[in-house]
Amino acid sequence: MSRDRKVLIFGGLALAAFGMFYGLHYALFVEHQTLDQLGGSLATAFVSAAERKLPESRAALDRYAAIRYDYVRQVDVHSHWIGLAMLMIVFGAAFDRVAFSGSIKFWIALALTIGAIVFPLGVILQTVSHGSALASALAILGSGLVIMALAATALGFARQGAPGGA
Amino acid sequence: MATKAVSSPMIAGFPAMSAQRLLVFGGVALIAGGMIFGEIFAVFVLHQNGGKTGEALLAATKAVTAQNPEAVKQAFVSIGGLLEDRGTKVDTHVHMTDAGYLALLLALVQSSVALSAPRKRFLAKLFLLGGTLLPIGIFLIHYVGLAYSPFPVIGWASILADSAGALLIVVLTAEVWGLWRHFRGQPEAVASMSHVGTAAAGCPAERSSADPAPTWEERALLGGGTVLVLLGFLYGAWYAGKNLYEQEARERNILSFMLDAAVKTPDLSGQFVNSYGMLAAERAVQIAAHSHIIEFGLLAMLLSFVQRYVFLNAVWKRRWVVLLLLGSLILPVFVWLELKVGLVAGGIADVGGLLVVIALIGMLAGMLRYSGSVDALRGAQP
Repeated sequence: MSRDRKVLIFGGLALAAFGMFYGLHYALFVEHQTLDQLGGSLATAFVSAAERKLPESRAALDRYAAIRYDYVRQVDVHSHWIGLAMLMIVFGAAFDRVAFSGSIKFWIALALTIGAIVFPLGVILQTVSHGSALASALAILGSGLVIMALAATALGFARQGAPGGA
Repeated sequence: MATKAVSSPMIAGFPAMSAQRLLVFGGVALIAGGMIFGEIFAVFVLHQNGGKTGEALLAATKAVTAQNPEAVKQAFVSIGGLLEDRGTKVDTHVHMTDAGYLALLLALVQSSVALSAPRKRFLAKLFLLGGTLLPIGIFLIHYVGLAYSPFPVIGWASILADSAGALLIVVLTAEVWGLWRHFRGQPEAVASMSHVGTAAAGCPAERSSADPAPTWEERALLGGGTVLVLLGFLYGAWYAGKNLYEQEARERNILSFMLDAAVKTPDLSGQFVNSYGMLAAERAVQIAAHSHIIEFGLLAMLLSFVQRYVFLNAVWKRRWVVLLLLGSLILPVFVWLELKVGLVAGGIADVGGLLVVIALIGMLAGMLRYSGSVDALRGAQP
Protein backbone atom coordinates (compact mmCIF):
# COMPACT_ATOMS: atom_id res chain seq x y z
CA MET A 1 0.00 0.00 0.00
CA SER A 2 1.39 3.40 -0.94
CA ARG A 3 2.37 5.99 1.69
CA ASP A 4 -0.41 8.37 0.71
CA ARG A 5 -3.09 5.70 1.15
CA LYS A 6 -1.65 4.65 4.52
CA VAL A 7 -1.71 8.25 5.73
CA LEU A 8 -5.31 8.70 4.59
CA ILE A 9 -6.73 5.39 5.81
CA PHE A 10 -4.99 5.20 9.19
CA GLY A 11 -5.26 8.94 9.76
CA GLY A 12 -8.94 8.79 8.86
CA LEU A 13 -9.68 5.83 11.12
CA ALA A 14 -7.85 7.42 14.04
CA LEU A 15 -9.59 10.74 13.49
CA ALA A 16 -13.01 9.04 13.23
CA ALA A 17 -12.42 7.19 16.50
CA PHE A 18 -11.21 10.37 18.17
CA GLY A 19 -14.21 12.33 16.84
CA MET A 20 -16.56 9.67 18.19
CA PHE A 21 -14.89 9.67 21.61
CA TYR A 22 -15.19 13.42 21.65
CA GLY A 23 -18.87 13.15 20.67
CA LEU A 24 -19.57 10.52 23.35
CA HIS A 25 -17.80 12.55 26.01
CA TYR A 26 -19.66 15.67 24.88
CA ALA A 27 -23.05 13.93 24.86
CA LEU A 28 -22.51 12.40 28.32
CA PHE A 29 -20.85 15.20 30.24
CA VAL A 30 -21.35 18.50 28.43
CA GLU A 31 -24.27 18.72 26.03
CA HIS A 32 -27.23 18.33 28.40
CA GLN A 33 -25.75 20.81 30.85
CA THR A 34 -24.94 23.26 28.04
CA LEU A 35 -28.46 23.03 26.63
CA ASP A 36 -29.89 23.62 30.10
CA GLN A 37 -27.71 26.70 30.52
CA LEU A 38 -28.59 27.89 27.03
CA GLY A 39 -32.35 27.65 27.57
CA GLY A 40 -32.04 28.85 31.17
CA SER A 41 -30.14 32.02 30.29
CA LEU A 42 -32.58 32.98 27.54
CA ALA A 43 -35.56 32.30 29.81
CA THR A 44 -33.88 34.35 32.56
CA ALA A 45 -33.45 37.26 30.14
CA PHE A 46 -37.19 37.24 29.41
CA VAL A 47 -38.24 36.65 33.03
CA SER A 48 -35.99 39.50 34.20
CA ALA A 49 -37.48 41.75 31.53
CA ALA A 50 -40.97 40.79 32.72
CA GLU A 51 -39.90 41.78 36.23
CA ARG A 52 -38.48 45.02 34.75
CA LYS A 53 -34.95 44.12 35.88
CA LEU A 54 -33.35 45.25 32.65
CA PRO A 55 -29.64 45.09 33.65
CA GLU A 56 -30.13 41.46 34.76
CA SER A 57 -32.00 40.78 31.54
CA ARG A 58 -29.13 42.13 29.42
CA ALA A 59 -26.57 40.15 31.45
CA ALA A 60 -28.56 36.95 30.90
CA LEU A 61 -28.77 37.73 27.18
CA ASP A 62 -25.00 38.18 27.03
CA ARG A 63 -24.59 34.86 28.83
CA TYR A 64 -26.94 33.22 26.31
CA ALA A 65 -24.91 34.60 23.38
CA ALA A 66 -21.65 33.33 24.91
CA ILE A 67 -23.02 29.84 25.61
CA ARG A 68 -24.53 29.63 22.13
CA TYR A 69 -21.19 30.68 20.60
CA ASP A 70 -19.54 27.74 22.39
CA TYR A 71 -22.34 25.27 21.70
CA VAL A 72 -22.35 25.86 17.93
CA ARG A 73 -18.61 25.32 17.71
CA GLN A 74 -18.56 22.28 20.02
CA VAL A 75 -21.16 20.51 17.88
CA ASP A 76 -19.45 21.61 14.64
CA VAL A 77 -16.14 20.16 15.78
CA HIS A 78 -17.70 16.73 16.36
CA SER A 79 -19.37 16.62 12.95
CA HIS A 80 -16.40 18.09 11.07
CA TRP A 81 -13.84 15.71 12.58
CA ILE A 82 -15.93 12.65 11.74
CA GLY A 83 -16.96 13.98 8.32
CA LEU A 84 -13.39 14.76 7.36
CA ALA A 85 -12.25 11.37 8.69
CA MET A 86 -14.75 9.60 6.45
CA LEU A 87 -13.58 11.68 3.51
CA MET A 88 -9.98 10.68 4.22
CA ILE A 89 -10.87 6.97 4.35
CA VAL A 90 -12.81 7.20 1.10
CA PHE A 91 -9.95 8.99 -0.60
CA GLY A 92 -7.54 6.45 0.87
CA ALA A 93 -9.49 3.73 -0.86
CA ALA A 94 -9.46 5.50 -4.22
CA PHE A 95 -6.21 7.44 -4.20
CA ASP A 96 -4.60 5.16 -6.78
CA ARG A 97 -6.92 6.80 -9.27
CA VAL A 98 -5.46 10.26 -8.65
CA ALA A 99 -3.25 10.83 -11.68
CA PHE A 100 -0.24 12.49 -10.04
CA SER A 101 3.21 11.22 -9.09
CA GLY A 102 3.66 9.38 -5.79
CA SER A 103 5.31 12.31 -4.03
CA ILE A 104 2.62 14.80 -5.07
CA LYS A 105 -0.07 12.39 -3.90
CA PHE A 106 1.73 12.01 -0.58
CA TRP A 107 1.79 15.79 -0.07
CA ILE A 108 -1.89 16.04 -0.99
CA ALA A 109 -2.70 13.29 1.53
CA LEU A 110 -0.57 14.98 4.19
CA ALA A 111 -2.21 18.37 3.55
CA LEU A 112 -5.66 16.82 3.84
CA THR A 113 -4.73 15.02 7.06
CA ILE A 114 -3.19 18.10 8.69
CA GLY A 115 -6.12 20.24 7.54
CA ALA A 116 -8.65 17.71 8.85
CA ILE A 117 -7.02 17.82 12.30
CA VAL A 118 -6.16 21.51 12.51
CA PHE A 119 -9.38 23.02 11.10
CA PRO A 120 -11.75 21.65 13.80
CA LEU A 121 -9.02 22.14 16.43
CA GLY A 122 -8.93 25.85 15.58
CA VAL A 123 -12.73 25.96 15.82
CA ILE A 124 -12.79 24.34 19.28
CA LEU A 125 -9.97 26.58 20.51
CA GLN A 126 -12.22 29.55 19.72
CA THR A 127 -14.38 28.44 22.64
CA VAL A 128 -11.41 28.62 25.03
CA SER A 129 -10.81 32.25 24.22
CA HIS A 130 -13.56 34.01 22.27
CA GLY A 131 -12.12 35.98 19.37
CA SER A 132 -8.68 34.38 19.68
CA ALA A 133 -6.63 35.28 16.60
CA LEU A 134 -4.51 32.13 16.90
CA ALA A 135 -7.58 29.87 16.99
CA SER A 136 -9.12 31.63 13.98
CA ALA A 137 -5.81 31.45 12.12
CA LEU A 138 -5.62 27.69 12.78
CA ALA A 139 -9.20 27.20 11.56
CA ILE A 140 -8.52 29.23 8.40
CA LEU A 141 -5.21 27.45 7.76
CA GLY A 142 -6.83 24.03 8.28
CA SER A 143 -9.82 24.73 6.05
CA GLY A 144 -7.49 26.19 3.40
CA LEU A 145 -5.41 23.02 3.43
CA VAL A 146 -8.55 20.86 3.13
CA ILE A 147 -9.87 22.91 0.20
CA MET A 148 -6.54 22.87 -1.63
CA ALA A 149 -6.19 19.10 -1.11
CA LEU A 150 -9.76 18.56 -2.33
CA ALA A 151 -9.17 20.69 -5.43
CA ALA A 152 -5.95 18.82 -6.19
CA THR A 153 -7.69 15.46 -5.71
CA ALA A 154 -10.55 16.49 -8.00
CA LEU A 155 -7.97 17.54 -10.60
CA GLY A 156 -6.19 14.21 -10.18
CA PHE A 157 -9.41 12.28 -10.74
CA ALA A 158 -10.17 14.42 -13.80
CA ARG A 159 -6.68 13.80 -15.24
CA GLN A 160 -7.21 10.09 -14.89
CA GLY A 161 -10.19 10.24 -17.21
CA ALA A 162 -8.44 12.55 -19.69
CA PRO A 163 -6.43 11.27 -22.67
CA GLY A 164 -2.88 10.73 -21.51
CA GLY A 165 -3.95 10.58 -17.88
CA ALA A 166 -2.93 7.76 -15.60
CA MET B 1 -32.81 -5.22 -17.47
CA ALA B 2 -30.19 -7.49 -18.92
CA THR B 3 -27.54 -8.99 -16.72
CA LYS B 4 -23.92 -9.95 -17.10
CA ALA B 5 -22.10 -13.09 -16.15
CA VAL B 6 -20.57 -13.02 -12.70
CA SER B 7 -16.86 -13.78 -12.60
CA SER B 8 -15.25 -16.04 -10.01
CA PRO B 9 -13.21 -13.32 -8.24
CA MET B 10 -16.40 -11.40 -7.70
CA ILE B 11 -18.01 -14.47 -6.20
CA ALA B 12 -15.04 -14.81 -3.85
CA GLY B 13 -15.34 -11.16 -2.96
CA PHE B 14 -18.95 -11.14 -1.87
CA PRO B 15 -19.78 -14.39 -0.06
CA ALA B 16 -23.22 -14.94 1.42
CA MET B 17 -23.68 -13.48 4.92
CA SER B 18 -20.11 -12.18 4.85
CA ALA B 19 -19.19 -9.04 6.78
CA GLN B 20 -18.82 -7.17 3.47
CA ARG B 21 -22.27 -8.06 2.26
CA LEU B 22 -23.88 -7.27 5.63
CA LEU B 23 -22.14 -3.90 5.76
CA VAL B 24 -22.90 -2.97 2.13
CA PHE B 25 -26.59 -3.87 2.34
CA GLY B 26 -26.97 -2.52 5.88
CA GLY B 27 -25.11 0.67 4.98
CA VAL B 28 -27.19 1.45 1.90
CA ALA B 29 -30.38 0.59 3.82
CA LEU B 30 -29.38 2.91 6.69
CA ILE B 31 -28.60 5.74 4.26
CA ALA B 32 -31.88 5.25 2.39
CA GLY B 33 -33.77 5.02 5.72
CA GLY B 34 -32.10 8.16 7.03
CA MET B 35 -32.92 10.05 3.85
CA ILE B 36 -36.55 8.95 3.83
CA PHE B 37 -36.79 10.04 7.46
CA GLY B 38 -35.23 13.39 6.49
CA GLU B 39 -37.79 13.85 3.70
CA ILE B 40 -40.70 13.10 6.05
CA PHE B 41 -39.24 15.50 8.60
CA ALA B 42 -38.76 18.28 6.03
CA VAL B 43 -42.30 17.96 4.67
CA PHE B 44 -44.34 17.27 7.81
CA VAL B 45 -42.40 18.60 10.81
CA LEU B 46 -39.81 21.29 10.01
CA HIS B 47 -41.99 24.24 8.96
CA GLN B 48 -44.80 23.44 11.38
CA ASN B 49 -42.30 23.26 14.23
CA GLY B 50 -40.80 26.63 13.22
CA GLY B 51 -44.25 28.21 13.18
CA LYS B 52 -45.09 26.89 16.65
CA THR B 53 -41.74 28.09 18.00
CA GLY B 54 -42.46 31.57 16.65
CA GLU B 55 -45.89 31.55 18.31
CA ALA B 56 -44.38 30.51 21.63
CA LEU B 57 -41.74 33.25 21.40
CA LEU B 58 -44.45 35.81 20.66
CA ALA B 59 -46.36 34.55 23.71
CA ALA B 60 -43.19 35.05 25.77
CA THR B 61 -42.82 38.67 24.60
CA LYS B 62 -46.50 39.33 25.38
CA ALA B 63 -45.94 37.89 28.85
CA VAL B 64 -42.96 40.26 29.27
CA THR B 65 -45.21 43.17 28.30
CA ALA B 66 -47.85 41.99 30.80
CA GLN B 67 -45.13 41.66 33.48
CA ASN B 68 -46.07 38.03 33.99
CA PRO B 69 -42.89 35.98 34.73
CA GLU B 70 -44.84 32.74 35.22
CA ALA B 71 -46.29 32.98 31.70
CA VAL B 72 -42.77 33.65 30.37
CA LYS B 73 -41.56 30.46 32.01
CA GLN B 74 -44.45 28.48 30.54
CA ALA B 75 -43.67 29.85 27.08
CA PHE B 76 -40.04 28.81 27.44
CA VAL B 77 -40.97 25.33 28.56
CA SER B 78 -42.97 25.12 25.35
CA ILE B 79 -40.07 26.51 23.26
CA GLY B 80 -37.66 24.05 24.90
CA GLY B 81 -39.94 21.16 24.00
CA LEU B 82 -40.25 22.33 20.40
CA LEU B 83 -36.51 22.80 20.01
CA GLU B 84 -35.85 19.36 21.49
CA ASP B 85 -38.45 17.87 19.14
CA ARG B 86 -36.77 19.47 16.12
CA GLY B 87 -33.19 18.84 17.28
CA THR B 88 -33.66 15.15 18.01
CA LYS B 89 -35.30 14.59 14.62
CA VAL B 90 -32.46 16.34 12.80
CA ASP B 91 -29.98 14.26 14.81
CA THR B 92 -31.90 11.05 14.01
CA HIS B 93 -31.62 11.82 10.29
CA VAL B 94 -27.93 12.76 10.50
CA HIS B 95 -26.83 9.83 12.66
CA MET B 96 -28.74 7.22 10.62
CA THR B 97 -27.20 8.37 7.33
CA ASP B 98 -23.74 8.79 8.86
CA ALA B 99 -23.89 5.28 10.35
CA GLY B 100 -24.71 4.08 6.82
CA TYR B 101 -21.67 5.88 5.42
CA LEU B 102 -19.45 4.33 8.07
CA ALA B 103 -20.88 0.87 7.32
CA LEU B 104 -19.98 1.29 3.64
CA LEU B 105 -16.52 2.49 4.61
CA LEU B 106 -15.98 -0.55 6.81
CA ALA B 107 -17.17 -2.82 4.00
CA LEU B 108 -14.45 -1.38 1.80
CA VAL B 109 -11.61 -2.27 4.19
CA GLN B 110 -12.90 -5.68 5.36
CA SER B 111 -10.36 -7.67 3.35
CA SER B 112 -7.55 -5.90 5.21
CA VAL B 113 -8.98 -6.60 8.64
CA ALA B 114 -6.91 -9.49 10.02
CA LEU B 115 -9.65 -11.15 12.04
CA SER B 116 -11.46 -14.44 11.49
CA ALA B 117 -14.53 -14.41 9.24
CA PRO B 118 -16.98 -15.22 12.10
CA ARG B 119 -15.48 -12.40 14.20
CA LYS B 120 -15.75 -9.94 11.32
CA ARG B 121 -19.33 -11.03 10.74
CA PHE B 122 -20.07 -10.56 14.45
CA LEU B 123 -18.52 -7.07 14.36
CA ALA B 124 -20.55 -6.18 11.27
CA LYS B 125 -23.77 -7.26 13.01
CA LEU B 126 -22.80 -5.29 16.11
CA PHE B 127 -22.10 -2.23 13.98
CA LEU B 128 -25.45 -2.45 12.22
CA LEU B 129 -27.18 -2.96 15.58
CA GLY B 130 -25.48 0.14 16.97
CA GLY B 131 -26.17 2.09 13.78
CA THR B 132 -29.86 1.22 14.04
CA LEU B 133 -30.28 1.72 17.80
CA LEU B 134 -28.43 5.05 17.88
CA PRO B 135 -30.96 6.97 15.73
CA ILE B 136 -33.87 5.15 17.40
CA GLY B 137 -32.56 6.22 20.82
CA ILE B 138 -32.11 9.80 19.64
CA PHE B 139 -35.61 9.85 18.14
CA LEU B 140 -37.13 8.64 21.42
CA ILE B 141 -35.38 11.24 23.61
CA HIS B 142 -38.15 13.78 23.05
CA TYR B 143 -40.93 11.28 23.79
CA VAL B 144 -39.40 9.35 26.71
CA GLY B 145 -37.89 12.34 28.49
CA LEU B 146 -36.76 11.61 32.03
CA ALA B 147 -39.46 9.00 32.77
CA TYR B 148 -38.18 6.40 35.29
CA SER B 149 -34.62 7.68 34.83
CA PRO B 150 -32.22 7.40 37.77
CA PHE B 151 -30.27 10.43 36.46
CA PRO B 152 -31.25 14.10 36.81
CA VAL B 153 -30.74 15.15 33.16
CA ILE B 154 -30.21 11.93 31.12
CA GLY B 155 -33.25 9.80 30.25
CA TRP B 156 -33.46 6.15 29.17
CA ALA B 157 -33.61 7.08 25.49
CA SER B 158 -30.36 9.04 25.87
CA ILE B 159 -28.85 6.04 27.63
CA LEU B 160 -29.90 3.84 24.71
CA ALA B 161 -28.43 6.31 22.19
CA ASP B 162 -25.19 6.73 24.14
CA SER B 163 -24.83 2.95 24.57
CA ALA B 164 -25.35 2.45 20.84
CA GLY B 165 -22.73 5.14 20.16
CA ALA B 166 -20.33 3.35 22.51
CA LEU B 167 -21.03 0.10 20.63
CA LEU B 168 -20.04 1.79 17.36
CA ILE B 169 -16.82 2.99 18.97
CA VAL B 170 -16.03 -0.53 20.22
CA VAL B 171 -16.58 -1.99 16.75
CA LEU B 172 -14.52 0.73 15.10
CA THR B 173 -11.71 0.14 17.59
CA ALA B 174 -11.80 -3.61 16.89
CA GLU B 175 -11.69 -2.95 13.14
CA VAL B 176 -8.68 -0.66 13.58
CA TRP B 177 -7.07 -3.40 15.67
CA GLY B 178 -7.72 -5.86 12.82
CA LEU B 179 -6.21 -3.47 10.31
CA TRP B 180 -3.19 -2.98 12.56
CA ARG B 181 -2.71 -6.76 12.80
CA HIS B 182 -2.97 -7.05 9.04
CA PHE B 183 -0.27 -4.49 8.35
CA ARG B 184 2.02 -5.52 11.19
CA GLY B 185 1.82 -9.28 10.85
CA GLN B 186 1.49 -9.78 7.13
CA PRO B 187 3.48 -7.12 5.31
CA GLU B 188 3.57 -9.25 2.18
CA ALA B 189 -0.21 -9.28 2.19
CA VAL B 190 -0.40 -5.52 2.01
CA ALA B 191 -0.13 -5.63 -1.72
CA SER B 192 -3.10 -7.89 -1.86
CA MET B 193 -5.36 -5.60 0.07
CA SER B 194 -8.63 -5.22 -1.70
CA HIS B 195 -8.83 -2.53 -4.27
CA VAL B 196 -12.19 -1.26 -3.33
CA GLY B 197 -13.02 -0.02 -6.76
CA THR B 198 -12.69 -3.55 -8.00
CA ALA B 199 -14.25 -5.55 -5.23
CA ALA B 200 -14.63 -5.40 -1.52
CA ALA B 201 -12.44 -8.40 -0.98
CA GLY B 202 -10.08 -10.70 -2.65
CA CYS B 203 -8.84 -8.34 -5.32
CA PRO B 204 -5.54 -6.49 -5.61
CA ALA B 205 -5.14 -3.27 -3.68
CA GLU B 206 -2.79 -1.47 -6.03
CA ARG B 207 -3.93 -0.85 -9.52
CA SER B 208 -2.24 -3.17 -11.95
CA SER B 209 -2.67 -4.07 -15.57
CA ALA B 210 -4.87 -6.95 -14.41
CA ASP B 211 -7.38 -4.52 -12.90
CA PRO B 212 -10.30 -3.68 -15.09
CA ALA B 213 -10.40 -0.01 -16.04
CA PRO B 214 -12.81 2.09 -13.99
CA THR B 215 -16.22 2.16 -15.57
CA TRP B 216 -18.06 5.32 -16.60
CA GLU B 217 -20.33 4.99 -13.55
CA GLU B 218 -17.39 4.68 -11.16
CA ARG B 219 -15.58 7.67 -12.63
CA ALA B 220 -18.73 9.80 -12.70
CA LEU B 221 -19.53 9.04 -9.06
CA LEU B 222 -15.96 9.47 -7.84
CA GLY B 223 -15.28 12.68 -9.79
CA GLY B 224 -18.76 14.10 -9.27
CA GLY B 225 -18.64 13.27 -5.56
CA THR B 226 -15.28 15.00 -5.11
CA VAL B 227 -16.55 18.11 -6.89
CA LEU B 228 -19.67 18.14 -4.69
CA VAL B 229 -17.54 17.90 -1.52
CA LEU B 230 -15.25 20.65 -2.81
CA LEU B 231 -18.24 22.90 -3.55
CA GLY B 232 -19.58 22.19 -0.07
CA PHE B 233 -16.30 23.15 1.57
CA LEU B 234 -15.95 26.32 -0.49
CA TYR B 235 -19.50 27.29 0.47
CA GLY B 236 -18.80 26.42 4.13
CA ALA B 237 -15.70 28.63 4.14
CA TRP B 238 -17.67 31.46 2.56
CA TYR B 239 -20.46 30.97 5.13
CA ALA B 240 -18.05 30.94 8.08
CA GLY B 241 -16.29 34.07 6.84
CA LYS B 242 -19.29 36.10 5.77
CA ASN B 243 -22.31 34.92 7.77
CA LEU B 244 -21.42 33.03 10.95
CA TYR B 245 -20.26 35.93 13.13
CA GLU B 246 -22.71 38.38 11.55
CA GLN B 247 -25.63 36.05 12.32
CA GLU B 248 -24.46 35.53 15.90
CA ALA B 249 -24.27 39.29 16.44
CA ARG B 250 -27.63 39.78 14.70
CA GLU B 251 -29.29 37.18 16.93
CA ARG B 252 -28.01 38.96 20.04
CA ASN B 253 -29.28 42.31 18.72
CA ILE B 254 -32.70 41.03 17.66
CA LEU B 255 -33.28 39.45 21.08
CA SER B 256 -32.20 42.66 22.78
CA PHE B 257 -34.52 44.78 20.58
CA MET B 258 -37.32 42.25 21.13
CA LEU B 259 -37.09 42.60 24.91
CA ASP B 260 -36.79 46.40 24.72
CA ALA B 261 -39.85 46.50 22.51
CA ALA B 262 -41.80 44.16 24.83
CA VAL B 263 -41.09 46.56 27.70
CA LYS B 264 -41.40 49.93 25.97
CA THR B 265 -43.18 49.55 22.60
CA PRO B 266 -45.18 46.30 22.64
CA ASP B 267 -46.57 46.87 19.14
CA LEU B 268 -43.11 46.32 17.67
CA SER B 269 -42.51 42.97 19.42
CA GLY B 270 -44.13 40.97 16.63
CA GLN B 271 -41.74 42.43 14.06
CA PHE B 272 -38.72 41.34 16.05
CA VAL B 273 -40.16 37.86 16.58
CA ASN B 274 -40.56 37.65 12.79
CA SER B 275 -36.98 38.85 12.30
CA TYR B 276 -35.80 36.18 14.74
CA GLY B 277 -37.73 33.51 12.85
CA MET B 278 -36.27 34.67 9.55
CA LEU B 279 -32.77 34.56 11.00
CA ALA B 280 -33.32 31.02 12.27
CA ALA B 281 -34.58 29.97 8.84
CA GLU B 282 -31.67 31.71 7.08
CA ARG B 283 -29.18 29.96 9.30
CA ALA B 284 -30.91 26.57 8.91
CA VAL B 285 -31.03 26.61 5.10
CA GLN B 286 -27.43 27.79 4.77
CA ILE B 287 -26.12 25.09 7.09
CA ALA B 288 -28.35 22.45 5.48
CA ALA B 289 -27.06 23.39 2.00
CA HIS B 290 -23.46 23.08 3.24
CA SER B 291 -23.92 19.75 5.02
CA HIS B 292 -26.11 18.11 2.37
CA ILE B 293 -23.87 18.84 -0.59
CA ILE B 294 -20.88 17.38 1.29
CA GLU B 295 -22.81 14.33 2.46
CA PHE B 296 -24.09 13.63 -1.04
CA GLY B 297 -20.56 14.02 -2.37
CA LEU B 298 -19.34 11.41 0.12
CA LEU B 299 -22.27 9.16 -0.74
CA ALA B 300 -21.50 9.40 -4.46
CA MET B 301 -17.87 8.46 -3.83
CA LEU B 302 -18.83 5.53 -1.60
CA LEU B 303 -21.30 4.25 -4.16
CA SER B 304 -18.60 4.36 -6.85
CA PHE B 305 -16.91 1.50 -4.98
CA VAL B 306 -19.90 -0.81 -5.07
CA GLN B 307 -20.95 -0.20 -8.68
CA ARG B 308 -19.58 -3.57 -9.74
CA TYR B 309 -22.00 -5.21 -7.36
CA VAL B 310 -24.93 -3.49 -9.08
CA PHE B 311 -26.21 -6.27 -11.30
CA LEU B 312 -28.00 -4.19 -13.91
CA ASN B 313 -27.20 -3.38 -17.49
CA ALA B 314 -25.08 -0.33 -18.31
CA VAL B 315 -28.05 1.85 -19.30
CA TRP B 316 -29.85 1.37 -15.99
CA LYS B 317 -26.67 1.76 -13.98
CA ARG B 318 -26.01 5.08 -15.73
CA ARG B 319 -29.58 6.21 -15.12
CA TRP B 320 -29.24 5.65 -11.39
CA VAL B 321 -25.86 7.42 -11.32
CA VAL B 322 -27.18 10.44 -13.23
CA LEU B 323 -30.30 10.54 -11.05
CA LEU B 324 -28.20 10.40 -7.88
CA LEU B 325 -25.83 13.17 -8.96
CA LEU B 326 -28.72 15.30 -10.22
CA GLY B 327 -30.61 14.94 -6.94
CA SER B 328 -27.40 15.56 -5.00
CA LEU B 329 -27.05 18.94 -6.70
CA ILE B 330 -30.75 19.90 -6.79
CA LEU B 331 -31.40 19.37 -3.07
CA PRO B 332 -28.71 21.65 -1.58
CA VAL B 333 -29.04 24.33 -4.27
CA PHE B 334 -32.81 24.60 -3.85
CA VAL B 335 -32.62 24.35 -0.06
CA TRP B 336 -30.32 27.39 -0.27
CA LEU B 337 -32.76 29.15 -2.61
CA GLU B 338 -35.72 28.50 -0.30
CA LEU B 339 -35.49 31.86 1.45
CA LYS B 340 -35.13 33.76 -1.82
CA VAL B 341 -37.67 31.90 -3.95
CA GLY B 342 -40.03 30.56 -1.30
CA LEU B 343 -41.75 27.25 -0.73
CA VAL B 344 -41.54 26.30 -4.44
CA ALA B 345 -37.79 25.96 -3.99
CA GLY B 346 -38.41 23.87 -0.88
CA GLY B 347 -40.65 21.56 -2.91
CA ILE B 348 -38.02 21.22 -5.64
CA ALA B 349 -35.41 20.44 -2.96
CA ASP B 350 -37.66 17.67 -1.63
CA VAL B 351 -37.92 16.28 -5.17
CA GLY B 352 -34.11 16.34 -5.34
CA GLY B 353 -33.96 14.29 -2.13
CA LEU B 354 -36.50 11.89 -3.56
CA LEU B 355 -34.35 11.41 -6.69
CA VAL B 356 -31.41 10.42 -4.48
CA VAL B 357 -33.58 7.97 -2.53
CA ILE B 358 -34.93 6.43 -5.76
CA ALA B 359 -31.40 6.08 -7.17
CA LEU B 360 -30.23 4.48 -3.92
CA ILE B 361 -33.08 1.98 -3.93
CA GLY B 362 -32.41 1.25 -7.61
CA MET B 363 -28.76 0.50 -6.85
CA LEU B 364 -29.71 -1.57 -3.80
CA ALA B 365 -32.05 -3.63 -5.98
CA GLY B 366 -29.17 -4.19 -8.40
CA MET B 367 -26.94 -5.33 -5.54
CA LEU B 368 -29.60 -7.74 -4.31
CA ARG B 369 -29.81 -9.19 -7.84
CA TYR B 370 -26.02 -9.51 -7.86
CA SER B 371 -25.85 -11.34 -4.54
CA GLY B 372 -28.73 -13.58 -5.57
CA SER B 373 -26.95 -14.58 -8.78
CA VAL B 374 -23.67 -15.10 -6.89
CA ASP B 375 -25.40 -17.38 -4.40
CA ALA B 376 -27.14 -19.27 -7.19
CA LEU B 377 -23.82 -19.80 -9.00
CA ARG B 378 -22.13 -20.92 -5.81
CA GLY B 379 -24.96 -23.35 -5.16
CA ALA B 380 -24.58 -24.75 -8.65
CA GLN B 381 -20.83 -25.30 -8.25
CA PRO B 382 -19.70 -28.74 -7.06
